[in-house]
Amino acid sequence: MAMNSEHDTPGTGPDEARRSFLKQSSLLTAMALVPGPLVQAAAAELDEKVAAVFEKIPLKLEVNGVKHKVSIEPRTTLLDFLRENLNLTGTKKGCDYGQCGACTVHVDGQRVNSCLSFAVMHEGKKITTIEGLAQGDKLHPMQEAFVKHDGFQCGYCTPGQIMSAVACIREGKADSEGEIREYMSGNICRCGAYSNIVAAIQEVKGGGQKV
Amino acid sequence: MNQFQYVRPTKQQAAIDAVAKDATATFIAGGTNLVDLMKRGVMTPQKLVDINRLPLTRIDADPGKLRIGALALNSTVADDKQVRERQPLLALALNAGASAQLRNMATVGGNMLQRTRCSYFYDTTMPCNKREPGTGCGALEGINRMHAIFGFSDKCIAVHPSDMSVALVALDATVQVSGPKGNRSIPFAELHRLPGDMPQKDTTLEPGELITAVDVPDGPFTKHVHYQKVRERASYAFALLSVAAALDLDSNNNIKAARLAMGGVAHKPWRLTAAEQALVGKPATEESFRQAAAIAMQGAKAFQHNAYKLKLGPNTIIQALKTAASVA
Ligand SMILES: Cc1cc2nc3c(=O)[nH]c(=O)nc-3n(C[C@H](O)[C@H](O)[C@H](O)COP(=O)(O)OP(=O)(O)OC[C@H]3O[C@@H](n4cnc5c(N)ncnc54)[C@H](O)[C@@H]3O)c2cc1C
Ligand code: FES
Ligand code: FES
Repeated sequence: MAMNSEHDTPGTGPDEARRSFLKQSSLLTAMALVPGPLVQAAAAELDEKVAAVFEKIPLKLEVNGVKHKVSIEPRTTLLDFLRENLNLTGTKKGCDYGQCGACTVHVDGQRVNSCLSFAVMHEGKKITTIEGLAQGDKLHPMQEAFVKHDGFQCGYCTPGQIMSAVACIREGKADSEGEIREYMSGNICRCGAYSNIVAAIQEVKGGGQKV
Repeated sequence: MNQFQYVRPTKQQAAIDAVAKDATATFIAGGTNLVDLMKRGVMTPQKLVDINRLPLTRIDADPGKLRIGALALNSTVADDKQVRERQPLLALALNAGASAQLRNMATVGGNMLQRTRCSYFYDTTMPCNKREPGTGCGALEGINRMHAIFGFSDKCIAVHPSDMSVALVALDATVQVSGPKGNRSIPFAELHRLPGDMPQKDTTLEPGELITAVDVPDGPFTKHVHYQKVRERASYAFALLSVAAALDLDSNNNIKAARLAMGGVAHKPWRLTAAEQALVGKPATEESFRQAAAIAMQGAKAFQHNAYKLKLGPNTIIQALKTAASVA
């Protein structure tokens, strides 16, 4: 397990950390020979698709049906990538530590907390955010149900709630109020709109439409 | 967050080499624990080896055992038909952990290797021998509500937070590992270690060793099982204390075999072998469960804020056994 308290010491900025890393790095030679952001796997004698030393690395993925080809720092979370790089600010940052669900998006159809993974880990994946749910001007049935049932007050948790609610029905975990509450527990609502959220989900589930 | 190098090997040996040869490198699977700890500066790897391209997601229903790949998702395992039929206790424990979203990211390997939630470990301004050996244990004389009552040392009183691991230790699982020196199997009870003088070391894994799978042997525990988790809200919270219970009953409701383990009480999932033995041959009654619970709690010792666990422990054991016995 790597631990390096150096980073917390005043005066040890990223540049110094970077320099000390480069000193140790066996990839230094490889970098000198292969300039540019990418150090190819062959040079490092590893079966690695990407190997970069503190540089941006290439990332291809699809967000709401749009293909993106970018280059980003590996430490960028999927959440920050969506919000900062793509300006898709519908996905919210609540806690940034997996504790609230405000950042819930779908990756290849599965709901996940976008704050707890790095964007580069989603190479080749299809992401859906709250912006990708409606069909043009036509709201998704879950969005309509949230409006109808007042499934929110301040609205901050709502994009995450809706993404989670859609997945909850698709997963087949919305058969009873108890099951909905259990499988929606990863989405916290500080305004306490829970009963209205459950009502919205039950209506969509009961309506039997494809979500 | 510190910067790091990111690699994504497609071959197992390359992943192992990448970590074995670089003391600052670490594997990343779902990322739900590691990314959290990196954001807080608790862990600062200089190189992340993303293992998600390795073919380790399968759940194989072999005769006599289930082999669950290290990269199988917690949600996939919990919903798997074979797991639910052959190891219902494991499915219950998995579903008691985290949230639906997190279980969609969390892997079986990552789950067992998740690190303690001790608040002194998480707070880099506090002393913690696990995070920074030699700085002392903040919890020993500090706020220790969540902490251990078994197996602690004067260097560390943290507990292991995984729910899944409590079921796996009860079910006599075996961890399959591949490392620089080849492959080996580790009985689940020997994967995690007690803190002793080296609380920085959570497990008996060697540097670069990759968990490839966990084997869960078939047993008679397909019906009378229960995972009882006590937490501060109804869902989406770590256990204050938990109990995995499994019983094999004969037609007269006498106990042929029993398995018991506790979570939230020690630096590792805590198997209660003596209590299990005391149950064998007894009728499945509250009186038998009470006696077993008393045996289970022998040697427990509380700190300033966690004395409640000395009562909660036996009560939860009794409750878990009662519920397991009454599964129709
Ligand atoms: C808000 C919140 C609530 C939670 N609640 C619970 C709960 O109630 N109960 C519970 O049990 N858990 C809970 N968790 C923890 C969660 O279960 C773990 O974070 C998750 O299981 C870790 O799996 P991962 O694949 O994401 O691991 P990662 O974060 O990717 O890795 C964790 C560690 O394991 C190592 N690793 C991963 N895979 C391997 C492998 N195959 N071989 C060798 N090393 C490996 C990594 O190097 C890292 O050190 C919660 C987490 C959060 C954020
Ligand atoms: S912002 Fe991701 S869970 Fe709170
Ligand atoms: S509507 Fe305000 S937090 Fe949920």
